[in-house]
Amino acid sequence: MNIFVCISHVPDTTTKIIIGQDGKSIDRTEVTYILNPYDEFAIEAGLQWKESKGGEVTAVCVGSPEVKETIRKAFAMGVDKGIHIVTDSPFDSYGTARALADTLRERRPDVVFCGRQSIDYDGWQVPGMLAELLGMPAVTVVSSLELREDGTFTAERDIEGGKETIVSRLPALISAQKGLNNPRYPKLQGIMAAKKKPIEDVPAVQTPPRVRVLEMFKPPLKSGGRIVGEGAGAVPELVRLLHEEAKVI
Amino acid sequence: MHFLVFIEQRNGTIKKASLETLSAAAVLAKEPASPVEAVCLGTASGLDTLGAYGASKVYHVPDSRLDLYSSTAAVKAVTAVATEYGADVVFLPATSLGRDLAPLLAVRLDAGYAADVVSLALDEGGITAVRPVFAGKAFERVRIETPRQVYTLRPNVFPALTADNMSCPVVTFDAALSEEDFTARSVGTSIAASKLDVAEATIIVSGGRGMQGPEHWHYIEDLAGVLGAATGASRAAVDAGWRPHAEQVGQTGKTVSPNLYIACGISGAIQHLAGMSSAKVIVAINKDKDAPIFQAADYGIVGDVFEVLPALTDALKRHMGS
Repeated sequence: MNIFVCISHVPDTTTKIIIGQDGKSIDRTEVTYILNPYDEFAIEAGLQWKESKGGEVTAVCVGSPEVKETIRKAFAMGVDKGIHIVTDSPFDSYGTARALADTLRERRPDVVFCGRQSIDYDGWQVPGMLAELLGMPAVTVVSSLELREDGTFTAERDIEGGKETIVSRLPALISAQKGLNNPRYPKLQGIMAAKKKPIEDVPAVQTPPRVRVLEMFKPPLKSGGRIVGEGAGAVPELVRLLHEEAKVI
Repeated sequence: MHFLVFIEQRNGTIKKASLETLSAAAVLAKEPASPVEAVCLGTASGLDTLGAYGASKVYHVPDSRLDLYSSTAAVKAVTAVATEYGADVVFLPATSLGRDLAPLLAVRLDAGYAADVVSLALDEGGITAVRPVFAGKAFERVRIETPRQVYTLRPNVFPALTADNMSCPVVTFDAALSEEDFTARSVGTSIAASKLDVAEATIIVSGGRGMQGPEHWHYIEDLAGVLGAATGASRAAVDAGWRPHAEQVGQTGKTVSPNLYIACGISGAIQHLAGMSSAKVIVAINKDKDAPIFQAADYGIVGDVFEVLPALTDALKRHMGS
């Protein structure tokens, strides 16, 4: 089975976001980057399918040269090959999906796994756009997955208040939600092997951006925060404030 | 500009987030006056009442195979409606369904797409939209550069406004769907009828590590019960296996915008704050007076959750009763 996993290189969740000089992007100087947390579930899903169905798993990442370190994290988990779609200027979501589609189309994936969203720009759109560009169905936010011999599969996706059961067939794109599996920790052997695995560089074709960022800003700080009191004795005052001042009850 | 709003139904009932989306589009369309039309897929009733929320017409694709969601069929049907009637801006609610469908639609329509929008404005250059990035740690104002545009609007942010009791015409549309169009289709949903989802709730009572274990969650549930609130949890509580991931609020869970968010025994890690700081009013109850959650809160009580929560539940019961 020809399995691809699209991964992204994102600021660590503990990062304090500082707006950059241009007022349109973040200041990247002090930022530590990690493998996007949802992509770990996507990688694990790919590895499990390889282990039960055979084939190989290729991780694909779009970005500047630093993203290679994130591809190596995928290698350490057990991914076989890496493709780095090289670009220096950032893409919007559509540009990313186009670059991925242009690279994956000729490689004829049986399945493409992604994380449900990357936790930087929170666009929730690269998986769906990529599937559409590749002409395959997208099943997103999947928390359980079962593949049958005939290439059809059943997936559960998280919806408001519960789950939705989707039936589809390969080739397909599946985006992973937390709960789909328990991503494995890299073993020392995997980390050693990761250094030797090949990363293929593919030049990205620049697509004109469809969405232009006019400005980026921080949310206004709460200023009215106050301690109403200590312990259960403060409850009557809190109820009064919620009713009379905040008017939410 | 010609607006088309996707109306989501589940089990034939129109979702509130769709009404909010329709209202927001209608407000935006007032100056200059642009037509606002709606599209709904599958069996649904009461579509003529969408006129009250600002729709001038509803295109209804009554094909019963669309009662349950099929992304592959839905994208074809909505694309056909948008193309046939010349809609160039499509709005969807940023629900689980809207977020799934919108990117497909954007590709089909050759449109730029801005997701999870919390504010919209219209000027001579067109529409600008504000959307959270980095889970709400920052916001970006964007403009879509393509003639056709797709937006998803975050639930609970835009008010659902009924302007009048006007009904609007409902036009049946045949999307000519074949079985081949249902490559990915829902065969059923399992939704806990009594359970309110944090992403849709107007009040959330959320618990963290300070709750000390799942056996204490009745304190959270009792308070939520009195308020008609959804129950949420911090990542610490979910990772400890106390609560399901569906309840997780924060950067790797759900980002929420309720009217009232009550954080109980939650210290306020940056990832959690990111997910809930757009709540209109935040209450924090924590025994550590230095917990970061108090910085984000409007009102705080320093104290033991196991003493404060029952007192708050009782006081609210009396308040609601009076």
